[in-house]
Amino acid sequence: MTTETNAKIEFTPERQVLAKEIIARYPEGKQKSALLPLLHLAQEQWGWTSPEVMDYVAGLLSIEPVEVYEVATFYTMFHLDPVGKHVIEYCRTGPCCLMGAEDVYAHLKQKLGIDAGQTTPDGKFTLKEVECLAACGMGPVFQIREQYYMHLTNQRVDEIIEELSK
Amino acid sequence: MGKKILLEHIDVPGIDTYDVYRKQGGYTAVEKALKTMTPDSVVEEVKKAGVRGRGGAGFPMGMKWSFLAKPEGVPRYLVCNADESEPGTFKDHYLMKHIPHLLIEGMIISSFALGANKSFIYVRGELMYVIRILEKAIAEAKAAGFLGKNIMGSGYDLELVVQPGGGAYICGEETALLESLEGKRGNPRNKPPFPAVKGLYQCPTVVNNVESISTTPWIVNNGGDAYAAIGIGRSTGTKLISASGHINKPGVYEIELGVSVEDFIYADEWCGGIRPGHKLKAVVAGGSSVPILPANLILNLANGDKRLMTYESLSDGGFATGTMLGSGGFIVMDETACVVRNTWNFSRFYHHESCGQCSPCREGTGWMEKVLHRIEHGHGSLHDIDLLVDVAKKIEGNTICPLGDAAAWPVGSAIRHFRDEFEWHIKHPVEATQPGAVYRGEMALV
Amino acid sequence: MEDNKPQLVKVTVDGIEVEVEPGTTILQAARKIGPEVAPPAMCYYQPLKGSGGKCRACLVKVAAGSAKDPRPMPKLVASCITPVQDGMVVENTTSPQVLEARKGVVEFLLINHPLDCPVCDQAGECDLQNFAFEHGAAKTRYEEERRTFDKHDLGPYIQLHMTRCILCYRCVFTADQITNKRVHGVMNRGDHAEISTYIEKAIDNDFSGNVIDVCPVGALTDKTYRFKNRVWFSRPVDAHRDCPTCSGNVTLWYRGEEVIRVTARKNEWNEVKEFICNTCRFETKKTSDWVIEGPTKIARSSVITANKYRADTVKPDFVSRIAAANYKPIDDARDTSQLSIQQLPPERFANSN
Ligand SMILES: Cc1cc2nc3c(=O)[nH]c(=O)nc-3n(C[C@H](O)[C@H](O)[C@H](O)COP(=O)(O)O)c2cc1C
Ligand code: SF4
Ligand code: SF4
Ligand code: FES
Repeated sequence: MTTETNAKIEFTPERQVLAKEIIARYPEGKQKSALLPLLHLAQEQWGWTSPEVMDYVAGLLSIEPVEVYEVATFYTMFHLDPVGKHVIEYCRTGPCCLMGAEDVYAHLKQKLGIDAGQTTPDGKFTLKEVECLAACGMGPVFQIREQYYMHLTNQRVDEIIEELSK
Repeated sequence: MGKKILLEHIDVPGIDTYDVYRKQGGYTAVEKALKTMTPDSVVEEVKKAGVRGRGGAGFPMGMKWSFLAKPEGVPRYLVCNADESEPGTFKDHYLMKHIPHLLIEGMIISSFALGANKSFIYVRGELMYVIRILEKAIAEAKAAGFLGKNIMGSGYDLELVVQPGGGAYICGEETALLESLEGKRGNPRNKPPFPAVKGLYQCPTVVNNVESISTTPWIVNNGGDAYAAIGIGRSTGTKLISASGHINKPGVYEIELGVSVEDFIYADEWCGGIRPGHKLKAVVAGGSSVPILPANLILNLANGDKRLMTYESLSDGGFATGTMLGSGGFIVMDETACVVRNTWNFSRFYHHESCGQCSPCREGTGWMEKVLHRIEHGHGSLHDIDLLVDVAKKIEGNTICPLGDAAAWPVGSAIRHFRDEFEWHIKHPVEATQPGAVYRGEMALV
Repeated sequence: MEDNKPQLVKVTVDGIEVEVEPGTTILQAARKIGPEVAPPAMCYYQPLKGSGGKCRACLVKVAAGSAKDPRPMPKLVASCITPVQDGMVVENTTSPQVLEARKGVVEFLLINHPLDCPVCDQAGECDLQNFAFEHGAAKTRYEEERRTFDKHDLGPYIQLHMTRCILCYRCVFTADQITNKRVHGVMNRGDHAEISTYIEKAIDNDFSGNVIDVCPVGALTDKTYRFKNRVWFSRPVDAHRDCPTCSGNVTLWYRGEEVIRVTARKNEWNEVKEFICNTCRFETKKTSDWVIEGPTKIARSSVITANKYRADTVKPDFVSRIAAANYKPIDDARDTSQLSIQQLPPERFANSN
């Protein structure tokens, strides 16, 4: 949007190869199917999906930018705003709550000093509430990037946060 | 010990690798199917097995396969539904993580039976680490010659693609899943046409759950009749149950269909009973969408017989006194659980997950959540209870996809069986909003 | 010759029989009989491919599936997308179950829709106002917070007031099918879903103005519409001109001697007959630009029929009777400050011409 941020939006060379591979998975003319995988790939690189990044992805797939916006805003995994270094996605759904998720969540919020949707002032952590992560028997649970953290307790939370703060 | 079909080798170290899986007899079903059977004879065995869809609806898999349209010159697709997002359900996650090759082997057999040359596994995006496990397993299977062109010289080609979702429960609904797989918003489609006629890319498509597809190697190896011999009546075979909540041993269990609910909750082999010092209050037996039942009704049918873990027994009595097996997400609550809070929580889930296409679900789920939130937080009125029942009724059956029903049932059933608890919340707003406060009125605990 | 003709199928709607071609939807079959039995449609729009199925206003009961299989269908079905079968028996306004469900749909649609028709530009030609008038309950039971948005310009011609949108997707289909480039769409999901361009973008396209005509409510409006005003103060006249871009067949809306807006011509179901270009719609507003054909004929069933909302007109008697008989107030002592529209004083809707 702004002209001064002229850093070119482009996948790293490795990701460009990967993106080509992904697009080639689908039948002729169905390259739009690659949209979700590419958005994940983009988020991996830039941390969030800015309008510029989405426009870039639209270009790769030869689709209208609005088709990307519609999709990115539908799915909850895509961050539409900048986020902290670690995004903690905390499961707030019933089965986890039976396992004590609400108390641990209160502790986590206190520990980080932020509420859902916020980022710590040092930019290290963003907290997001999410729905069931398909780990109900191992709850309470949160996810940071690809990693699941299960059987959470207040103490476990302290350890994880301290480890990641380093 | 019950028969294990899917989890037979779960404890074998390294079972997630090709070599170990192969040593345990893995991929022999692919060899048997591709070398000695025709696609139709595989379909026939699956039909005989009577295996019912494990994703929630329980539709017989063989029958679904036989409905697949087969117009000349049009590709057909098999899509595996690994979107597993129904609260209380985590069996597919477990299975794919620990024995990825079982699903891959099942995909090869099922794709062969359906005549699909490119098949997809749609995995919820949150499980990116499982996607990497599956991709590794696919590479291994391909290196071993079980995927790719002309598999084992049979002339059959197959390519498997693992597709990530993006965070949307609704993409578990099969037509929403197909939309998502086409790179669109996960809006369920109007039906007809059904996927069997116009599915992925408008081509005939079968969508099946991870667990359903994973039964096919065993069925091919042992025959459909052997599978049908397990279980009771039309509930054949085994089922993975995701057990969570206030039990001693939460986890994923493979049961022969027909185990009694009581045994499942109390036997050491499975849940190991309610946690010490507590009593059973209620169970949501098949994932958050199915009606909640109080202790006495989940253990026994209305006529006093023991309730069994089968499709038929769990739904015995209709919604008045029964529930559904659904996806097998077995959520157990003891007397410390607040039904009102849990209902609000589930309601928030459906509100959050509604795709927003059709008005009863889009507006009704939000309305129910707000009213329940009010009740839970001490601002309810007695009329709200009837209002909730009425709103749930106006959503149910009137929407494009069953998410509307899934949102309505938990609310309707909670009020049906725990009305006094709702009333208590409304009449005692101060008491009810104390931390940890739970209604302890006249309630049958077991 | 005869043999090539598809065999017609027989359908009964509210006791009236009609013959239609196979593949016809229940809604179209009912429309063929006439407005008395035609189900309301808030999202379905015949000219737009893929529309329908979303609002659930058109739910009907299928009392018999077909002559071959006369079992009733287990659920109400959306008539706009359900094809008829030979011998099908459909109940629309004769089914209390349908009327009850429809009352529910009205209530749902009004949850996040402001109840301020008197100040809305669409009043008098609004499908939702009409639908609520004919099928709604006496008052809303919704007392939670409503979703609101600011008004938003989509370029120089079109204004979006998302607060009024019922998410029928018609404007999205229109942009996809009528224009060569779609820049707006549905963002977010559930009841957070909204029509938007996501980032500030003008809808700039020869045919973009058509989204205004297809919008069933006052969410997309014509910014150039002068004297934003009650539609019944104006006089519609059919006219045409030689247009290089579109058919040039339009309706001119006069106030006195002045053309205050130009729209496409609509059929009796309020559907555009021919989409028109932006030049005709927004930039050709002198009588001398046009060849006048004569006053527009407006079907009695159309939402823009004058006097529509007078207490003493139109509303089919049996509808109000059944609705009244079935309506059970949940709580009479509730806050009724948010009245639904038909409780507004009748003079508000009266034709003051
Ligand atoms: C809202 C909704 C969510 C669903 N989620 C899932 C899911 O996560 N996994 C699944 O296998 N089936 C899910 N289903 C059921 C699928 O639509 C479909 O019936 C199933 O994948 C078919 O496979 P099966 O016959 O093997 O069970 C869901 C259905 C609905 C209505
Ligand atoms: S019922 Fe809900 S989730 Fe399903 S299509 Fe309608 S709005 Fe979407
Ligand atoms: S803006 Fe109008 S046409 Fe577009 S979805 Fe909303 S109500 Fe429908
Ligand atoms: S007109 Fe049929 S669902 Fe909207």
